[in-house]
Amino acid sequence: MTISAGLSKDEMAARVAQDIPHGAYVNLGIGQPTLVADHLDAGSGVVLHTENGMLNMGRAAVGDEVDGDLLNAGKVPVVEPPGAAYFHSADSFAMMRGSHLDVCVLGAFQVSAGGDIANWHTGAPDAIPAVGGAMDLAIGAKQVFVMMTLFAKDGTPKLVPECTYPLTGVGCVSRVYTDVAVFEVGGPEVVVVETFGTSYDDLAARLDVPLRQG
Amino acid sequence: MTARICDTVAEAVDGIADGSTVLVGGFGLAGMPVELIDGLIEQGATDLTVVSNNAGNGDTGLAALLAKGRVRKVICSFPRQSDSYVFDGLYREGKVELELVPQGNLAERMRAAGAGIGAFFCPTGVGTPLAEGKETREIDGRTYVLEYPIRGDVALVGAHASDRMGNVVYRKTARNFGPVMATAAATTIVQVRQVVEVGGLDPEKVVTPSIYVDRVVAV
Repeated sequence: MTISAGLSKDEMAARVAQDIPHGAYVNLGIGQPTLVADHLDAGSGVVLHTENGMLNMGRAAVGDEVDGDLLNAGKVPVVEPPGAAYFHSADSFAMMRGSHLDVCVLGAFQVSAGGDIANWHTGAPDAIPAVGGAMDLAIGAKQVFVMMTLFAKDGTPKLVPECTYPLTGVGCVSRVYTDVAVFEVGGPEVVVVETFGTSYDDLAARLDVPLRQG
Repeated sequence: MTARICDTVAEAVDGIADGSTVLVGGFGLAGMPVELIDGLIEQGATDLTVVSNNAGNGDTGLAALLAKGRVRKVICSFPRQSDSYVFDGLYREGKVELELVPQGNLAERMRAAGAGIGAFFCPTGVGTPLAEGKETREIDGRTYVLEYPIRGDVALVGAHASDRMGNVVYRKTARNFGPVMATAAATTIVQVRQVVEVGGLDPEKVVTPSIYVDRVVAV
């Protein structure tokens, strides 16, 4: 059974952006989640948080705008829009842990049906582990969205009964946005909210988690 | 005692002992005390424990300190980067020890050290390998991990400007770990772009008050 090509990375980012409430304080993880910023319209009122110490972070800087003192968490130079605020690292993580951030969007290697996330370490013996702010974000934001392809390159599902990679956080993910479907996790069954270029039955055939049509 | 304004980087890093725990500010190059790290390499202290968000990039700064074999242990959140080959090589050869700490715990453990907190219960990392072997407690239905402070013998901080008393201001996201590290070390050494006269900084904008600062050098 094959699943036809679904959403592109940009289309996935646009789909995530649709579900970010007006005026939310949001942290976008390094990598693909960063693309979500491109799909938040000017009227969204969304305030972006970057864990290295800034709220109302702006877009990537170009040309003369580049300032070595103004970087995002991916160490990319960004701009300072009106309404920006700076703070130190302990305050930045207190904002997360203290449940002040409304949404964070993370990439993942695996998400479990119960909402566990694994995104920092493959566990391979020669891999050098790096965690950054992922564990703090996973347990801190009020809602954790994951953005990932549903299947790994070898075809195995990344939405799994239990994560086999080392965990980043336990029971913290609420929604998973993939190229072929959007899922709600963390309940007794995984709810298929929406599909793209595939059917509920196709998903049920390929995933080893209890599914329910949303 | 207010801060000593040093004429040279060598004077600023003088006396750092072998075996010291050195807190090094910066997130990427923003706030990285590059000249102080170069000064530490010149100064020669070895067998160091370095606490920093990253573990060096390219061949300069922390990477150069590591390459010279001066670092016994790195405590950081994100060692692996596209250009962290110096650390990667030493780690794979077993020549440097790594304590991986979630970024927020790294900041809060130093904040605790600076604020006189003996330890704290934190929800980050519960149920993950980074909390294995650590004491946990359930408080109001949620599980927390006991985390201990990280104290430095020395902090090396990169900031924007200071006055001659040692009050420090930062610029944009170069602030990051600087204000926390400044509180958490026995000796805090700050490099700035400019030292101004007392009264030259708006007291409302001072982020690190002089009480935390021991030495300042303009670079």
